[in-house]
Amino acid sequence: MRLIDEKAIEKIALGAALLGTGGGGDPYIGKLMAIEAIRQYGPIQMLDPSEVPDDAFVVPTAMMGAPTVLIEKIANGNEFEVIIKHLEKYTGQKVFATLPIEAGGVNSMLPFAVAAKLGIPIVDCDGMGRAFPELQMVTFHLDGITTSPMVVTDEKGNSMIMETVSNNWSETLARTATITMGGSVMISIYSMFGHQLKKSAIYNTLTLAENIGAAITDKQDTDVLPIDRMINFVDGYKLFTGKIVDILRETRQGFNFGKAKIVGINADKGESCEVDFQNENLVVMKGDEVLATTPDLITIVDLETGVPITTEALKYGRRVVVVGLRCDAKWRTKKGIETVGPRYFKYDIDYVPIEERVKGAK
Amino acid sequence: MRYRLGIDVGGTNTDAVIIDESLNVVAGVKMPTTLDVTTGINNAIKKVLVESKINKQEIDYAMLGTTHCTNAIVERKGLCRVGIIRIAAPATFSIRPMPDWPESLRDAIGSNIHIIKGGYEFDGREISQLDYQEIRDVAKQLKGKVDTIALTAVFSPVRNDHEYEVESILREELGDIPISKSSEIASVGLIERENATILNAALHNVATRTVEGFKAGLKQEGILQAELYLCQNDGTLMSAEYAQRYPILTIACGPTNSIRGASYLSQNQDAIVLDVGGTTTDIGVIMSGFPRESSLAVTIGGARTNFRMPDITAIGVGGGTLVKEVGDKVIIGPESVGYQITEKSLIFGGDILTTSDIAVRLGMMELGDSALVAHIDEGFAKKAMTEWMRLINEGVDRMKISAEPVPIILVGGGSVLVTNELEGISEIIRPNHFPVANAVGSAISQVSGEINRVFSLVDITRDEAISSAKTTAIDEAIKAGAEPKSIEIQEVEDIPLAYHPGNATRIRVKAVGDLCQ
Repeated sequence: MRLIDEKAIEKIALGAALLGTGGGGDPYIGKLMAIEAIRQYGPIQMLDPSEVPDDAFVVPTAMMGAPTVLIEKIANGNEFEVIIKHLEKYTGQKVFATLPIEAGGVNSMLPFAVAAKLGIPIVDCDGMGRAFPELQMVTFHLDGITTSPMVVTDEKGNSMIMETVSNNWSETLARTATITMGGSVMISIYSMFGHQLKKSAIYNTLTLAENIGAAITDKQDTDVLPIDRMINFVDGYKLFTGKIVDILRETRQGFNFGKAKIVGINADKGESCEVDFQNENLVVMKGDEVLATTPDLITIVDLETGVPITTEALKYGRRVVVVGLRCDAKWRTKKGIETVGPRYFKYDIDYVPIEERVKGAK
Repeated sequence: MRYRLGIDVGGTNTDAVIIDESLNVVAGVKMPTTLDVTTGINNAIKKVLVESKINKQEIDYAMLGTTHCTNAIVERKGLCRVGIIRIAAPATFSIRPMPDWPESLRDAIGSNIHIIKGGYEFDGREISQLDYQEIRDVAKQLKGKVDTIALTAVFSPVRNDHEYEVESILREELGDIPISKSSEIASVGLIERENATILNAALHNVATRTVEGFKAGLKQEGILQAELYLCQNDGTLMSAEYAQRYPILTIACGPTNSIRGASYLSQNQDAIVLDVGGTTTDIGVIMSGFPRESSLAVTIGGARTNFRMPDITAIGVGGGTLVKEVGDKVIIGPESVGYQITEKSLIFGGDILTTSDIAVRLGMMELGDSALVAHIDEGFAKKAMTEWMRLINEGVDRMKISAEPVPIILVGGGSVLVTNELEGISEIIRPNHFPVANAVGSAISQVSGEINRVFSLVDITRDEAISSAKTTAIDEAIKAGAEPKSIEIQEVEDIPLAYHPGNATRIRVKAVGDLCQ
């Protein structure tokens, strides 16, 4: 167990933006919520997954809906108290701790606000090791843990407890409710016991985010670019360095589809590259060659500051580095690739681990 | 002949120009910026009138681009105590207003904060109804404690009725206290818009003093019938009356003016602009006649806002930058003598070696007394110049969007220090009147109308939404004083709301036109 204070939150938020792979929403609002809760209720206890008793009831908490709505209609802050109250009453279980379902974007931050406010610990793990757009895209789903009972609450105090026949139904029904409730709601989902968490979660991703944040902001060694410090730390890949020259966007079924075209500078001078995104960055191509695909992590960061850029903030003219990271081994299983591999997102590309692609690259 | 007077107040110099009705520059002057700013403006007006020899009564327009408001926020001086009202309950309590502001700025503004019932969903439904008694109670609590009020309702860029209703009730209780409404100031993003609205309310007195000072200065110089305008950060103008209501929009107009002035003087619509001052060099980009905007969140005095500012790379070197020899290396900057260049640099009899001394030694320009730098080793001077140009070239490359060579326009008093050894450049343009390009930018500013809101695409198509947005933007431009025939749609941007099957999209349209003659 260790305590998380405001400074740690700043670092985790920065690292979470990298693990967000361009999506998941800017962690800024989540960070402010967490900091405000810490100022009011004190620092947060963070547990290693091994410290969670097998029979303890743990509940991932998150926001669902458009991050663009959340930046305007910010949460009340009491939603999670309401959620936990309903869940405890419905299940007869006492909630021991919370955790994020995704380590990237705004949802990596909200459980910190929950933990501070309710005085419960947060567990240093998540169900993605990154960000993904749909509720079933978590490692808990791969291991047969169900989303039900799922609780959806808005800032007005309206709540729904949902029992569904499949995790996909939870996604469909909850999304409809989200619109009616104003486009952004707070949820609890995939509630489970300690022994399930220990088997299915991706461990220590919050600490990873914190260390990534620290590597980007480290002022000690000014001779090394933040991006290089970070790449060294995470053992990742600098896939392409260049300037954004075009951004194409369109919306389909409520998702943000698009493509960033990047022209090479420095080592990549004379080359060009395309990053495809559907909320999150999914595929990087250099000419005809695939450099990386989902579920490996693809993030575009600012060349000079190393600060990750969300797909919404991509703008031509920015000098960027496309960074690739290996995803967790749980995503590299058959079911994992079926759930979040390139073919699920309608790309005619087979998943090949990033380290093999990079090795074979020209 | 009819004329315009353009003024730009910078950190070091206050520039003034007179341009005629065909937009030719008649005269341009540079005077030192003074601590009180206003004296510097008056001095510049006086001098440019003498140099231009025009009839003062023929000046129809006077435009001012100034750093008054930026300075007030940065120095926390002269700010109003603001009553902060957020119309949002039960939403938004998890983040109170001014969450990550520096304490000194928060202290200057006070902590009269109220979150009241109201606000909208993204599609215009009410989050909750206004509670009139609650509004009256808040008004009573604020009475006598604050100078101005900042109103911010959730999703007011989509629907602003609640902000107007609350304003009218506050008026009944508090009389004609200045009230800033967020829907008139910034776009979607509650915290950033609220920050900008609070700063706007805090600047009310500064803006009034600036406008009154400018009016008094013009009157003192006998310029009686000119219409007054202030420059905004998007390269367009606002009336003096409007500027008193929306002073926050004047923030960072300086770089915009210099880029637009450079473009105008060189008659080039697409180029890189290098503005070399005494302390820093600003590098910007002009695209289709307007500055390229930055995509980063802009912080003003430590408060995050969502204003669209010109995309500028500022490098810490200029005409007054210190040159040092360390071992066999030449180090340029980042220290600078700034406006004290006329006392401290070698050519003016001082004892500090600056980039200007190097340029005079190498015969690149005439300034001060060249005999005072004759002792500098020529090899060293050349090495220093090479290092200076390396820094400039690095900055220029950072702003280019492709490897294609592009034209570059050199402006600012220090641009004579820039040699022709620029890399990746198709053409080097040194326009006439280059030292006062920013005041020219101020004088040729246009007027604009803008809309930025979320459209629900359930009942209308995307094309219909965009065309309705364009009509609104054009109407706004006409209201701002644009000649209808000259209006062009300058920007159309739509960002779909992610994770959202309801098909909502945020559309931003800006229409720009010339001032009516």
